[in-house]
Amino acid sequence: MENRAHIRVEGLNVHFGSEHVLKDISLSIPDRKITAIIGPSGCGKTTLLRSFNRLIDSSEGVRVSGRVMVDDENILDARAEVTHIRRKMGLLLQRPYPLPMSIYDNVAYGPRIHGIRDRRRLDEIVERFLSKASLWDEVRQRLSQPASVLSLGQQQRLCLARGLAVEPEIILGDEPTSALDPQSSQRIEQTFTELKSDYTIVIVTHILRQARRLADHVIFLYLGELIEQGPAWDFFNNPKQPMTREYIKGLIS
Amino acid sequence: MKRLKLFPISRRAKDLLAGKLMLLLTILAALLVLLMVAGLYLKSRPVLASQPLAELLFSTKWRPFRGQFGFFPFIMGTLWVTGVAVLIAVPLCLLTAIYLSEYAPARVREWVKPLIDILAGIPSVVFGVWGMLVVVPFIKDSVAPFFKVFSTGYSILAGGIVLAIMIFPVIIHVALEVFRAVPQEVREASLAVGATRWQTVKHVVLRKALPGVAAAIVLGIARAFGETMAVLMVVGNVAKVPGNVLDPAYPLPALIANNYGEMLSIPLYDSALMLAALILLLVILLFNLLSRAVLARVERSIR
Ligand SMILES: Nc1ncnc2c1ncn2[C@@H]1O[C@H](COP(=O)(O)OP(=O)(O)O)[C@@H](O)[C@H]1O
Ligand SMILES: [Mg+2]
Repeated sequence: MENRAHIRVEGLNVHFGSEHVLKDISLSIPDRKITAIIGPSGCGKTTLLRSFNRLIDSSEGVRVSGRVMVDDENILDARAEVTHIRRKMGLLLQRPYPLPMSIYDNVAYGPRIHGIRDRRRLDEIVERFLSKASLWDEVRQRLSQPASVLSLGQQQRLCLARGLAVEPEIILGDEPTSALDPQSSQRIEQTFTELKSDYTIVIVTHILRQARRLADHVIFLYLGELIEQGPAWDFFNNPKQPMTREYIKGLIS
Repeated sequence: MKRLKLFPISRRAKDLLAGKLMLLLTILAALLVLLMVAGLYLKSRPVLASQPLAELLFSTKWRPFRGQFGFFPFIMGTLWVTGVAVLIAVPLCLLTAIYLSEYAPARVREWVKPLIDILAGIPSVVFGVWGMLVVVPFIKDSVAPFFKVFSTGYSILAGGIVLAIMIFPVIIHVALEVFRAVPQEVREASLAVGATRWQTVKHVVLRKALPGVAAAIVLGIARAFGETMAVLMVVGNVAKVPGNVLDPAYPLPALIANNYGEMLSIPLYDSALMLAALILLLVILLFNLLSRAVLARVERSIR
């Protein structure tokens, strides 16, 4: 089983003002696998995910040091082009945030930003990625309606399609099912499983069962420190750290 | 014992009373507008009876001594000055609000906000004096010669500039609040597909904030319509339909403020001034209704 790392983090430190939020994190995220970042709330999962696509830059008073290598480019380098980095990674947030425009325009937004104007090509992109996010059949009749008419679960899949439309290699999800009902959650999880043959997927979750169901690789953070990382089977069945064992048993939360 | 029992009842009575009182005050406030319209209408009946309405509204002849009251120059004066002020204020205010909301560090934003609000508290007459001392000479000596025309400086442009600065605070303040109310995540959704900050502002933030921005502009315009003192000091007050922004004008509020109590011996003159007030009030009401309709439509078209 080949296990090329797609994202490699080396000595990452993040401070918010005087608060040391991520402490010397080094880890690697395998290519075309689902990696779950787990840990109790407030331990820095979101911060870690947001340093992958530099959205962390927009936080007030943040200091970041260390290296995050994506395809052999250190994206934390001041010279790195953020728009270029970001289009490599689709992003799903805790709640779906559709853009204030039609369903069609939501998906076409990214491609248009990057200069695609041809209507037929856009039509084709919209259909392809709505299908990939398994939403096409539900919305094909009403592409021109505002995205806000969709249910939450549909909106989250629309956000997925919007991210996929700029042809990223990586999908980042920050507890992407936490606002959804069980059925919608399941559809998102299923979509992830279908997508992992083409994409490297990183999801933050605090639901252990979700990590067990989905993850090929697990990263466990606790109070800003990396406690353990490894293939999911080993992680859940043969944890090396006592802390991991306790967390899995539900003793820490 | 008895007191203890009575107490809750009196509290409830107070609550009831307060509720009723506030309802009454609200109704009174609403009635006040109607009363004003009715009062002004009654007072302007003599001049309304003296000549047809179309004549009053669209005639350019303002000759009170001959009983000719054409309001057209004043209506146009009001529209011109307000229009120029809005044209100057809206782009500048939006850019300022966008900068403060989207680009400035929180520290700068918190510093600038109160400064802008202070601007709102400066009395109108101070703006007027500033306009006379700075804006009017500037237009006379620099702007007018540049366009190879003569102007005393007392002009629509001077009124528009002064008025624009007076409506800056309300537009910036409201627009800033509206931009800050756009969820950060919506911006992130746009940034995450590789959009730049400016693209995000243009395509997402502005769009999401559109109803609120429209409301901010409406508030600014509403204030501009009625603003009297500062404008009166710099627009020249000449009762002619203006041809361009370097011409003087005579807006309705200035007409009323300048003449009420002065030339009331002329027959029908006071009635005519009442009509001027009524027209101003109706213009503002009409504008409010229109903007409300537009706002509702804008709100429905996005989301
Ligand atoms: N923008 C920010 N400014 C200041 N502190 C922050 C910010 N974002 C997160 N933090 C702090 O960083 C820590 C980790 O937060 P986060 O990464 O959101 O945790 P998680 O996603 O695991 O719940 C928390 O203590 C939080 O208070
Ligand atoms: Mg989080």
